[in-house]
Amino acid sequence: MIAYIVRRVLLAILTIWAITVLSFLIIQLPPGDFVTAYIATMSAGGAGITEGEAQALREQYGLDQPFHIQYLKWMGLIAQGNFGMAIEWGRPVLDVIGDRMVLTIVISLAAIVFTWALALPIGIYSAVKRYSFLDYFFTFLGFIGLAIPGFMLALIVMYIGFAYFGASVGGLFSAEYADAPWSLERVWDLITHLPVPAIVLGVAGTAQMIRIMRSNLLDELRKPYVMTARARGLSETRVIMKYPVRVALNPFVSTIGYLLPYVVSGSIIVSLVLSLPTVGPLLLKSLIAQDMFLAGTIVLLLGVLTVIGTLISDLLLMWIDPRIRLGRQ
Amino acid sequence: MSSSFIPHPSSFLLSVRNLKTYFFQDEGTVKAVDGATFDVYPGKTLGIVGESGCGKSVTAQSILRIVDAPGKIVEGEIVLTRADGSQVELTRLHPDGEEIRAIRGADIGLVFQEPMTSFSPVHTVGNQIIEAIRLHTGASEKEARQRGIEALHSVGIPKPERRIDEYAFELSGGLRQRAMIAVALSCNPRLLIADEPTTALDVTTQAQILDLLRDLQQQRGMAIMLITHNLGVIAEMADEVVVMYLGRVVEEGSVDDIFHAPKHPYTKALLSSIPSIESTPRIKLPTITGSIPHPYNRPSGCPFYPRCESYIQGTCDAQEPALIAVNERQKVSCFLYK
Repeated sequence: MIAYIVRRVLLAILTIWAITVLSFLIIQLPPGDFVTAYIATMSAGGAGITEGEAQALREQYGLDQPFHIQYLKWMGLIAQGNFGMAIEWGRPVLDVIGDRMVLTIVISLAAIVFTWALALPIGIYSAVKRYSFLDYFFTFLGFIGLAIPGFMLALIVMYIGFAYFGASVGGLFSAEYADAPWSLERVWDLITHLPVPAIVLGVAGTAQMIRIMRSNLLDELRKPYVMTARARGLSETRVIMKYPVRVALNPFVSTIGYLLPYVVSGSIIVSLVLSLPTVGPLLLKSLIAQDMFLAGTIVLLLGVLTVIGTLISDLLLMWIDPRIRLGRQ
Repeated sequence: MSSSFIPHPSSFLLSVRNLKTYFFQDEGTVKAVDGATFDVYPGKTLGIVGESGCGKSVTAQSILRIVDAPGKIVEGEIVLTRADGSQVELTRLHPDGEEIRAIRGADIGLVFQEPMTSFSPVHTVGNQIIEAIRLHTGASEKEARQRGIEALHSVGIPKPERRIDEYAFELSGGLRQRAMIAVALSCNPRLLIADEPTTALDVTTQAQILDLLRDLQQQRGMAIMLITHNLGVIAEMADEVVVMYLGRVVEEGSVDDIFHAPKHPYTKALLSSIPSIESTPRIKLPTITGSIPHPYNRPSGCPFYPRCESYIQGTCDAQEPALIAVNERQKVSCFLYK
């Protein structure tokens, strides 16, 4: 078992290295570089830039060197804990990402809690009371939830919140706390702002998860061990919660790995609409500006999160499922 | 209830009368059990035999009231004599009520065909056996564990104190089925329902499990309701035999009568389709012509008439035969014996 864990960790490190190469490559792939994009922005604003100035900029950021040199330089900096400068922002990448990353994780967790808290009970109910009125009702709601694009839902929720409840919508903070240092009041302000983005971000996932939980559980409910548990005299609730639900939950553990990256990259448009200060919109902006250090770091971070998340979910699965832990190797 | 009931005999442990369990589906109603009548006596083995889909398993599930939706008992009586001599009519109990749950596992134990899937894949054998013991006896975790180890020991599982913490998939097929029997017997039931207990096992293990069941029956004096499609198993184990076809009892009698003097054409046909070591080699084995009718399309009258060699036109396809006694020990549901 320890050998298995060691092998998995080594593989994870190898995967992360491959991700650094790929993310750097992907960022370099589009024609042009940051300076081209910068020139375009400047001339759109009416201010021209001379050929010499452009050349100086390229030299300053090492953009004139070949690909592998640039990559090695980047890796060298990362090894020292320096992720480079976010060129467009004129600040170190870590500074720009730091706070947003924390907020992204907070929002993602809120969305995940919302999703699971709603989807699991409904999924269990739908499976146990299959073909009941409420099962059809939730199925109907679920498909609507799946079909409505996130940004559309965001707009609707914002409109309703603003027009009928006078709620300050958009963003994660009220104006007075937006740039304030962290304090208890600021945390509370954040908590009161969380439900709307959490719901908007969680709806599609919830709908999907209800369907998965329902079909997982339906499969398990048919298995003989459920009937033998009943035949031992356990109450129906105990039979269902202890045995088939427990088994049907296992596959969800394996999805933990990609939840966070999914919420980050899958929600860029929603985050823009709701003007959330999260990593998603930042990634979009940096890609448009071809800000390779910023974009590279974000892509790398997402990759690393996925790898670590998958590793954790695999270890968790091993812990909760004896068939994996003790299965014949 | 209907007055055409055969009265409950005296001193029965379980008496089933005119049991009908139907499955109501969009495509139609499947009459899985359609008027089954039989009795189980203390300490005796009742064999229930029939082809796949004849309602054997649903009969067992009906007794325990664990028929899955959309199945429902629509008619009939199931009377159980409890240890204190009182009698309960099981069809009147709420399927998830306390009364029936106190009977499941305690008065009646159940063993299934597939020992692998009969255990939860994520709980140890011990977890499931201890759960049953604690539920019915109120024993402490420690006592229940001790009793669980004894139960595993009593079914011949070596090193039970280690096996109790293992998962079903870590055991071999034979051990798994022994563990299943241990769970079913952990609360000393007076009736064990064994639904195809040896079908999923290889032949050597089959014999061991049957021997084990017989030994346990002698030690404990419990009754066994043995459900199987295997006439060999019936011949070896049963005292009384019930032959089912399409949810009905077509013949009932002692094991000797069923094998040596079968009355119903279906029983006769079943027996003649068993290969025998004494039969002439290289001749075609007799089979029952036709196939089991589709459940949505049951024939009217006697359900067996389209495949029956003694079919009486105008009678068998028009009326339903009743189960009647042809002698003191044997009952048949066939117009030939009217």
